[in-house]
Amino acid sequence: MAKIVIPTPLRKFTDQQREYEADASTVKESLDQLTEAYPDLAENLLDDDGNIRSYVRIYIGDDEIGDLENGATEVDEDTVISIVPAIAGG
Amino acid sequence: MSWKLHIDKESLEKMHNHAEQDYPDECCGFMYGSFDDENVRQVTVIRPVSNVKPGDKSDRFQIDPLDYRKAEQFALLQDLDLVGVYHSHPDHPAEPSEHDLKQAMPVFSYIIVSVQDGVATATRSWRLDDEKEFQEEKVLEKIVNS
Repeated sequence: MAKIVIPTPLRKFTDQQREYEADASTVKESLDQLTEAYPDLAENLLDDDGNIRSYVRIYIGDDEIGDLENGATEVDEDTVISIVPAIAGG
Repeated sequence: MSWKLHIDKESLEKMHNHAEQDYPDECCGFMYGSFDDENVRQVTVIRPVSNVKPGDKSDRFQIDPLDYRKAEQFALLQDLDLVGVYHSHPDHPAEPSEHDLKQAMPVFSYIIVSVQDGVATATRSWRLDDEKEFQEEKVLEKIVNS
């Protein structure tokens, strides 16, 4: 089990839910469950190769999960996974 | 498009001051308020945040992901919606650049303040449509009765 925190701009794709409880043992499994539950979210979270999009970051607590290779990181019921937009521009 | 963004005078002035103070660098900050419906939103609070883009900040801005998380937390605690992000374009028009488009998130309003020679001269707001193209939303200054 892990709790996934959904940022404001992506709640449009999660029926306005701020959080999602995933019954999974790794970060990747948790995110897979989330995108299966809310398929429209996948396009905004993952690129065509299934990698996290460049404008999105994934954190466990204060630690960034660099890519889905690190998605094998195990989670438990106390784990909070945050999806964080990388806000930037020019 | 009939998109509208209402913002109070105080927030707008605070945003302009921030943009002028940080000139010739780009400034950035968060906007809070409420989503009234699909077309209309209100901005009642703005909070400046550091532009952490390494190196030249005159044509780029970047917000620390930890600051973003604090912004979401602030919205939750204040019972406000995080409506979007503002930033400045020093000596450039208040129109989104290619880099703005590349990094843009759905739903959010993106206000751009054009600063010419250190003076804020134009304020326009943009958000993504379903085709992920920026469309302008009208910025309306809200008169607050005291």
